[in-house]
Amino acid sequence: MATKTEVVPTETDLRNLATDVVDRAMKAGATAAESVVREGNEFSTVVRMGSVETLKESGSRAMGLRVFMGQRSASTYSSDFTEDGIQRLVKGAVELAHVTSEDSFSGLPDPSELGSLSNDLQLYFDDVYSLPPEERIDYARRAERAALDVDPRLKNSDGGSFDAGTGHKVLANSLGFVGEYRRSSCSLSAVPIAQVEGGSMQRDYWFSVARTLAKLDSPEAVGREAARRTLRRIGARKISSTEAPIVLDPMVSVSILGNIFEGATGDAVYRQSSFMAGKIGQKIAGSNITVIDDGTIVGGFGSEPFDGEGVPTRRTVVIENGELKSYLLNTYTARKLGMKTTGNASRGLAGSPGIGAGNFFLQPGTRTPQQIIGDVKRGFYVTEFMGFGVNLVTGDFSRGASGLWIENGELAYPVEEVTVAGNLKDMLNNISEIGNDLVFRGSSACPTLRIDGMTIAGA
Amino acid sequence: MTHTQSLFFQKFAITPNDLQRYLGEALSAGGEYADLYFEYLTSTSIAVEESIVKSASQGISAGCGVRVLSGERTGYAYTDDLAPEKIMRAARTAALIARGPATQPVQNLKEAAGHQLYQVSSPSADADIASKLELVMRSDKAGRAFDPRIVQVRASYVDELRQILVIGSDGTYATDVQPMARFSVSCIAKSGENSARGASGGGGRVGLDFYQNEKTPEYYATEAARQAIIQLDAREAPAGEMEVVLGPGWPGILLHEAIGHGLEADFNRKGTSAFSGMIGKRVASEKCTVVDNGTLPSRRGSINVDDEGSPTQNTVLIEKGILKGYLSDKLSSKLMGMPDTGNGRRESYEHIPMPRMTNTYMLAGEDTPEDIIKSVKRGLYAVNFGGGQVDITNGKFVFSTSEAYMIEDGKVTAPLKNCTLIGNGPDALTKVSMVGNDLKLDEGVGTCGKDGQSVPVGVGIPTIKLDSMTVGGTAR
Repeated sequence: MATKTEVVPTETDLRNLATDVVDRAMKAGATAAESVVREGNEFSTVVRMGSVETLKESGSRAMGLRVFMGQRSASTYSSDFTEDGIQRLVKGAVELAHVTSEDSFSGLPDPSELGSLSNDLQLYFDDVYSLPPEERIDYARRAERAALDVDPRLKNSDGGSFDAGTGHKVLANSLGFVGEYRRSSCSLSAVPIAQVEGGSMQRDYWFSVARTLAKLDSPEAVGREAARRTLRRIGARKISSTEAPIVLDPMVSVSILGNIFEGATGDAVYRQSSFMAGKIGQKIAGSNITVIDDGTIVGGFGSEPFDGEGVPTRRTVVIENGELKSYLLNTYTARKLGMKTTGNASRGLAGSPGIGAGNFFLQPGTRTPQQIIGDVKRGFYVTEFMGFGVNLVTGDFSRGASGLWIENGELAYPVEEVTVAGNLKDMLNNISEIGNDLVFRGSSACPTLRIDGMTIAGA
Repeated sequence: MTHTQSLFFQKFAITPNDLQRYLGEALSAGGEYADLYFEYLTSTSIAVEESIVKSASQGISAGCGVRVLSGERTGYAYTDDLAPEKIMRAARTAALIARGPATQPVQNLKEAAGHQLYQVSSPSADADIASKLELVMRSDKAGRAFDPRIVQVRASYVDELRQILVIGSDGTYATDVQPMARFSVSCIAKSGENSARGASGGGGRVGLDFYQNEKTPEYYATEAARQAIIQLDAREAPAGEMEVVLGPGWPGILLHEAIGHGLEADFNRKGTSAFSGMIGKRVASEKCTVVDNGTLPSRRGSINVDDEGSPTQNTVLIEKGILKGYLSDKLSSKLMGMPDTGNGRRESYEHIPMPRMTNTYMLAGEDTPEDIIKSVKRGLYAVNFGGGQVDITNGKFVFSTSEAYMIEDGKVTAPLKNCTLIGNGPDALTKVSMVGNDLKLDEGVGTCGKDGQSVPVGVGIPTIKLDSMTVGGTAR
């Protein structure tokens, strides 16, 4: 029962399309233009309580055009690849550009900045679709089964899932840049639910994601870890408000990195909406803190040969031994701040480029998570944060949390329905321990962290 | 089948015969039900920052999603190319979920009379761009004029027109033209080393005249600027359990997170929601009656038909504190043997529909907001929020304040730094001891995320008092 998705346009097709759209825009009066053409395929299945619940498979493609009329710019996007559709795409962008204002900082990158990494980043493996559909479904079924088999209290499930996808992107501009690359990914997850007699339910999950099927963890490994995480939540209680050190599981500490990233973007800086703005050269974190962005890591989830404007990606040290060394910039924000792009432009189909991370991580320390927890007399091991309570303008931080209470260096009992609050400016200076467990399960990664001085609010 | 003005017939030359053929193909390998969802979406967005029009963009997205249901199984495929062979291919792919010969005949397609919740005589999408720009520039001017400590104003206007055609093998045939407009303003205030932010916005299924006559650009800008200025003086929020008073309108996000998601039928069918099996039980105080109503005119969260072609309804979720019902879609209603409440929604043709909220709010009570505040010895008064989140399995939910104050001895006192409130869905509302007479819906800013799909929603409450809720501040 082999399924084939839509016929994939050949490489030549997408490249020709992208350069053709740029040519048409120039002929229609644009002074500069940039197009992006994307196409992709996806497959996803969820198996719940042993039966297939959903099966989804499709492909899609779309294009976006950004034009400049001198210092004015506008953009259009469309999924209509007919002659008529392309004409409307071009006409729309050129007309729209007339209504925007002149912005002396706008424009394509300097020609000298354009380029693409020449080595093979190993972002694409066609083996993500090599499993026949029945086996893909079976992966999902096995992950769920492995989780539920661990303990009789795991009676219900939000399912096991298997996803696979490929993407193909071409970027072209009127300065002659044409770049393209393909990427692939596959992932597996299990979401078991525990229930005790007469008690409430708890749910957790685990997953594996990779660019190639060969690097995906086995369904059994994913299922067992999902079960372990779910079971340790059983009997969770609310605790009284207190101040105590918190230790963050890597799945949670990575969100702090996300906050650092947002505070370091050129957009947030020139808009004066980041607590890190204007602090280049200043110490904003403890001396043990080094944060790096690297878009060049072979196989990395955040790697690409060129950014959203056709500038090669690179390795940028954002924070070094606590000192803020660099923002993450695209062409526009670099010009605004009198700096150079760091190759971090991120381009959707529509709108001006924003800023995206490559592979973004905190350099690991030397202690194991067990050693870090072992040193805590009384504290809170956080396994989940909830909500969006981070204010990057002020640094104020307040999020819901669940996890396990630490008593004399041991994980004692599960905790839920509490909050953890503080301010990022203080938190970055109070990271007293960094684990050696840096593992990329996405494009950002952070080891186990211990942070002191925060307030836990509960009963 | 009656002839229709539908864009899909005119522009893509899709005939009624084609539709029957696609449904037949989708059911050719078995299955009880199939549907096709056609969508044509145009959208415009403009933004002003540093007093200049920095960006303008426009786009078109069109496609068709085909779904086949076989027992509890869903097969799905979509195409952004509306050529007949592409749609047939998608139908065949979706059909793979079923096994065996076709058993269900395709019913005759019959268009049902629907609501007319947004007869916008001139949709914003058609208005000329100069008038939209003028609105956004007015906001910029008003924000900057509010106070010399306002150092940044960003304003944007986004509108879209979404045209849909849904056909189902049970005879469903529905079309809808759905306008949407949304104005947003955010401000940064600075005073010495101190910075703060404020935000406002709104809209709905309205035309441009809404912003000229009802809620002006100046209104939103002033709101955002006012909030930013107040936050400059914010002090640490308290930490721990205390009385909490919520102001009317957007603080209704409490309901969305505490009970709304937990009452979506798919979770309850599977027994994964903390509210599973609780129909008829008390989940809130007697003062609470909560509805999900997709039929309010012009609201952001309203739709004439859901994305499965079912007419929307006003569904009572909680009546005087007792749980009455869940929000369903076609699959849930069939599997649970309950009526379809018309809450089957999807983000786009690329997505599988599932139960989602529309406008979720609590009915007004009899207390006055003034009495509610006076009744609090020491507590929190929160009038505006950012977003929230919920774990529907253990029931824990959060929402984060963007404007809140202390209440001390019955009086509103100091503004507080942003903090997160956390509670437990099945009992949070049992602590509602006072319900105001001042029900308000939010301004039209809500977007709900579930399973990777975003849909526009509305929320609302009157001023209410919760006797106890955990406030995630830093001051003990």
